Amino acid sequence: MELLWEGIRKAFDLLRTLDPEVLGITLFTLKVTLLATLASLVLGLGAGLALALTQFPGRRVVISLVNTGMGLPPVVVGLFVTMFLWRNGPLGGFELLYTPSAIILAQTVIATPIITGISVAALQQLPPDLRLQILSLGATRPQMLWLLVREARLPLLAAVMAGFGGVISEVGASLMVGGNIKGSTRVLTTATVMETGKGNFDVAIALSLILLALTFAVNAVLTHIQQRERPR
Amino acid sequence: MTALLRAEDLLVRRGDATVLDVPGLELEEGGVLALIGPNGSGKSTLLKTLASLMAPARGTLLFRGEALRPEAYRRLVTMVFQAPLLFDATVRANLESGLKLHGVPAAERGTRVAAAARRLGVESLLDRSARNLSGGEAQRTALARAFVLRPEILFLDEPFSALDPPTREALLDDLAGVLRETRTATVIATHDQMEALRLADRIAVLREGRIVQYGPATEVINRPADAFVAEFVGMEAVLSGRVEGAGQGEFRVAAGGGFVVAAGEAVPGEEVRIGIRPENVTLSTQAEARSSARNSFSGTVTRIVPRGPFFKVELDCGFFLAAYVTPVSLEELGLAEGSRVVARFKATAVHLLRR
Repeated sequence: MELLWEGIRKAFDLLRTLDPEVLGITLFTLKVTLLATLASLVLGLGAGLALALTQFPGRRVVISLVNTGMGLPPVVVGLFVTMFLWRNGPLGGFELLYTPSAIILAQTVIATPIITGISVAALQQLPPDLRLQILSLGATRPQMLWLLVREARLPLLAAVMAGFGGVISEVGASLMVGGNIKGSTRVLTTATVMETGKGNFDVAIALSLILLALTFAVNAVLTHIQQRERPR
Repeated sequence: MTALLRAEDLLVRRGDATVLDVPGLELEEGGVLALIGPNGSGKSTLLKTLASLMAPARGTLLFRGEALRPEAYRRLVTMVFQAPLLFDATVRANLESGLKLHGVPAAERGTRVAAAARRLGVESLLDRSARNLSGGEAQRTALARAFVLRPEILFLDEPFSALDPPTREALLDDLAGVLRETRTATVIATHDQMEALRLADRIAVLREGRIVQYGPATEVINRPADAFVAEFVGMEAVLSGRVEGAGQGEFRVAAGGGFVVAAGEAVPGEEVRIGIRPENVTLSTQAEARSSARNSFSGTVTRIVPRGPFFKVELDCGFFLAAYVTPVSLEELGLAEGSRVVARFKATAVHLLRR
């Protein structure tokens, strides 16, 4: 118990003094996670619109695969991305392994199915005739898609929150494709794993608290938008 | 004269099944066409095809004689569905939505929205969220959102079927008024013949994707082409005419060289449509039989059709009239096609269908 309190006390010291290394890891984590979420949003929303609004043979199979992908284990993603980026892998020529780009790539692979799956569900909940109603009000096709997204904005924000939550908390893929290199690819989760392994509980607790605070802050902002938008 | 909208050779398939097969249909400037038929008869499909919201397997749509691109055509027309399908925003934003898509400047949007809202009675709701509207308010908002666009053609897909009767009556009255004022060409799908009679000049009856009868509203109602149409629409005799005199809770409509006296309020000079149910018409062979009925017309029997436990006797009194008669009465009166009879009905049996 004393270990815990001591750890928490030291953690607050690190935070109070704005330890440069902790601060660096935090900002890097935020940057990588937000970029990966943004990329997943673009890909996931596009795929979600396509799956929700078009009919093609095998559509149900694709939706099932996407839904399975929502629970994709990060270590599996890490393994495959590592193999793709490996020196003689298909994308080896880009020399991305153990760079921030590799982490963004792996996290995008993790979050895209999550955002796609929730987007499909959100868009399918809209009344089927709404599309026709929008077109009959004089909308072009892109305007129609935009208005549908706007109508589904509340559940779509939930998709963004789930995607963000999925990538900021994962450790396996970031560790495997990033390598936890100090000052280059070290994120909050990989650093926490490492510090815990070394017995530096104070640092690990500090990192964990930051991770929780970040997750809370981002979700609080999105929840605020979502609830403010909800008509009373 | 070129029709406002002309559909030629429309064919819609779903899988291998033909769901709509319409060789030709026309809508005139200012005309109101009702598509009536049971559920699954293809009304909605025809409506969506005419509104260019659904691509037919075959066929053409000509707007004032021109085949337009669907996007261009859809900017000239609009549609109101059975569900209001409002955007999750205020009533005002909903009314503005189409105008924004049409690129109407903000200042003009304001005045047009205010006018449409006033006309459909949603003025006081403009700043409310569309989520908190009653069914009737929501459908009024949907209609206002359509009328504010000043469409060349308005398509209505059973817009009242989800509403309770009093709400629906009030909204029907308002819609009839707006259509009369704006002379907006309209196609309305409905399974309610009263709705069709209140609004439409012409009726097309659909069955299994085909038009089984098409013509002026009174003709379709009075002279159903077959048993199917009769079952669907042939409930009563309907006639159109001008109000010649009114007062003391009654009005008179010129018909067949005489007048039909009806209970109710109307303004002299008004063109109206009135309905007389066959069960309210009694027949006799003597002209001077005593009766309290205000209306008495002599006529010729044109057709006798069995209708359940009764016979429906159709008459030509200078206008169309029908009466239900029991088999016993039919025999006693000795009725046959060509017989001369006197038909009587009370002023209260006449109802005003449309102003």
